[in-house]
Amino acid sequence: MHAGDSPALESEDIQKSFGHFTALAGVTLTFQRSEFVALFGRNGAGKTTFLKIAATLMRASHGNLRIGGADIKEQPETVRRQIGFLSHNTYLYRDLNPIENLRFFARLYGIHDAESRISALLTRVGLKRRMNDPVRSFSRGLNQRLGIARVMLHDPSLILLDEPYTGLDANAVEMLNTMLDEAVGAGKTIILTTHDLELGLRAATRAAIIDRGKIVFDGSSRGTAVRDAYTEYVRMGTPQ
Amino acid sequence: MKPLSAIVFKDIVIEMRNKETISSMLMFGLLVLVVFNFAFQPSGAERALIAPGILWVAFTFAGILGLNRSLSIEIDNDCLQGLLLAPLDRGALYLGKVASNFIFMVIAEAMILPVFVLFYNLRFNLQFLEIAGISVLGTLAFAAVGTILSTISANTRMKEVMLPILQIPLTLPVILAAVMATSAVLSGETEGISSWLYLLGGFSIVYLVVSYLVFEFVVEE
Repeated sequence: MHAGDSPALESEDIQKSFGHFTALAGVTLTFQRSEFVALFGRNGAGKTTFLKIAATLMRASHGNLRIGGADIKEQPETVRRQIGFLSHNTYLYRDLNPIENLRFFARLYGIHDAESRISALLTRVGLKRRMNDPVRSFSRGLNQRLGIARVMLHDPSLILLDEPYTGLDANAVEMLNTMLDEAVGAGKTIILTTHDLELGLRAATRAAIIDRGKIVFDGSSRGTAVRDAYTEYVRMGTPQ
Repeated sequence: MKPLSAIVFKDIVIEMRNKETISSMLMFGLLVLVVFNFAFQPSGAERALIAPGILWVAFTFAGILGLNRSLSIEIDNDCLQGLLLAPLDRGALYLGKVASNFIFMVIAEAMILPVFVLFYNLRFNLQFLEIAGISVLGTLAFAAVGTILSTISANTRMKEVMLPILQIPLTLPVILAAVMATSAVLSGETEGISSWLYLLGGFSIVYLVVSYLVFEFVVEE
């Protein structure tokens, strides 16, 4: 199979334990390119753990995971080049300003023509006026906007977003939604976790629900099945 | 070389902005010199015996302070995870952090050393340059192992305490070799100094190579 034909993400029986606690109990999923997947689950269900393993930040206890056909254990650098990951923290240096932060990451990713890309992204996320202010002075929402710019900086083909709407105001939510719509239009794959069903399903083409480390629903984001499953496992489910 | 220089440049820019790492290392190093100077008041032959130990106590604790500060920059906002997302060999990230830690330590030591020379009535001559050379070699070994230990201690609850607990025993051979080499220079009995310098160089290489190889496993959750 040509690398370009490979699924965006394939996981086979991914398991992860922290001591006696099982965070993931065998997650098997395949996401095709250009899919927009909303991943739901209660706190502690295993969403972040799964995304961290896919982003090569955490090692799975068992199982295989490939990104664009590249195995995360055998070709981690190839995998990282394809991934943009936004976590609960934005991974930005508070003593640097937005331009310095993005320049630093551009150098790590070996991005050519970084200045024009940085300028365009800062305009896009509405931080052009604040580009010389230290990140330390930013609100949670502004931090998140800059975090989104960092994720998009190297033009990743797989975008992993862990609760990306946290702290964003209505304008920023709209900005992020537009950026995500454009990314899907450009053939990128998005996996987004959120507690907000409506925000998650807004543009998603597919939905999955994770509960106690297992995928309990995987199907279309349209129709009532996902809403019923959400009610059963996320809203009504017993605490972890 | 690009990621290495990017990390060093980033750390220098942060240091120029907040001026916390070098100033705290310098203040602590100078305080150690002052306290020991008043506590021992060494004179004559005692000086060559005590002064090297005092100098390396100052360098060691100032260095640990610098490593803790360097670590806190990377822990704040989970920036270390951002580094780990970069499509690079993780060993290159380690070397970048070693380089910036080494630079900051050497800058602080370059300011502590002249004060040490004045306090202990030494001269700014060849001896001074020889001690400076020993300091650079000892600091390389110290930064090499300190960088990986600070990364390990980042995942512990008492990180500021954990770093010296791990660092001091592991760098004891380095500190000992550096003290002996400095002592040889101060006393003028330099016949056996080469074995201490080889030991310093050997530890630097071993610490760098081993840490480079295991860094990937240390940083993964």
